[in-house]
Amino acid sequence: MQTITTLQAVYNALEHVMDPEIPVLNVLELGMITDVKIDLEGVHIKMIPTFSACPAIDLIRENITNTVERELQMPAIVTVDKEVNWNSNRLSEEAKEKLRNYGIAAPVRHEGDVSLDLLEKANCPHCGSESTYLRSPFGSALCRALHVCRQCGMMFEQFKPL
Amino acid sequence: MQLQQALPELLTKIADDELIIGHRNSEWTGLGPVMEEDIAFSSMAQDKIGHAWALYRILQEHFGGGDPDHFAFMRQAGEYKCCHFVELPIGSYEFSLMRHFLFDHAETVRYQSFAQSSFVPLQQLAGKIKGELKYHTLHADAWILQLCTAGEDSRQRMQHALDQCFQLAGGIFEPGAGEALLIAEKVYPGEEALCEQWLKNISHVIEKAGLRLPQMTTPVYGGRTGQHTQHLQQLLNEMGEVFRLDPEATW
Repeated sequence: MQTITTLQAVYNALEHVMDPEIPVLNVLELGMITDVKIDLEGVHIKMIPTFSACPAIDLIRENITNTVERELQMPAIVTVDKEVNWNSNRLSEEAKEKLRNYGIAAPVRHEGDVSLDLLEKANCPHCGSESTYLRSPFGSALCRALHVCRQCGMMFEQFKPL
Repeated sequence: MQLQQALPELLTKIADDELIIGHRNSEWTGLGPVMEEDIAFSSMAQDKIGHAWALYRILQEHFGGGDPDHFAFMRQAGEYKCCHFVELPIGSYEFSLMRHFLFDHAETVRYQSFAQSSFVPLQQLAGKIKGELKYHTLHADAWILQLCTAGEDSRQRMQHALDQCFQLAGGIFEPGAGEALLIAEKVYPGEEALCEQWLKNISHVIEKAGLRLPQMTTPVYGGRTGQHTQHLQQLLNEMGEVFRLDPEATW
């Protein structure tokens, strides 16, 4: 069976591939997709992990393959792009808004290099206060840090700036 | 020695260091003094083992090495190139914390230099890892400063841990075979240069913490040539136990 597909159709399918650890965000919003090409072999997708030791990377790759193949009826070849490194500036503004609504503070935008001050900065996703402190640079997943809000007293997680 | 031999030597020793300290740090899972520390050590362990895997993968793809899992678990102790420092049991919390501080600053200096490496796969990997390592050194520095300013007993225990760790940490920078070639080919600036930078970086924190930095008089060498403490074989037996039950299993 020969199916004609468009890049737009691939991107539409990718919108349905959610992050297993943060199920409100898809792989496009996370900035994990670096390239999409279509040729006679099928759809070639290049992706990058957020953190190099991310345990979810194989599962995400499998989910991309399955979703694209199911929705477009074409073989999908998904590879890890070694030339591009993920950084937190790749998160779209929509993604940051979704993160906050989900209860996770969004990373601050940085100019290429994350300074130590920046790592310690996070606005409380519950009350919006800026008066917070870093409790531990490691949270429930590699990409998250633990902070405490001085205003509402809640502990919260932040998607780390990287 | 050819570059084709010197490069795998370098990659193996760094990867083995990360694999072994990763396993040691993971031993704090469920035992951390506070919950955040339990999580932090587990997360850093995961990072280190992930970094080791990426390096074993480079060995496989560029130097005809074996499957990373097989290479990680199925060698004899004498074939590992890790330094003695990472092999030692976790000991007291202050020992583990000091080891983490000294090791992670060394690792940071190493990957900072690899970011300019002429060997492209290493340079690409460094770009990925050096941002993550900031969180490791941030964690280490914060705890060193906090415990050293928490009272005299606390500071003395940290000083003791530093005295215990320092010559061992020197073993991280044991020069390897083919070092001159690696420097000439601009793969990296060599162990001596890394050690100098490391001393500069840690001195800054050590001073702020009110600790006394010992002289590096007798760095503990041997690991890079396959001579190890008795602790390594015991750890390897434990690490490979499940893998050896069925080496062909797909996980």
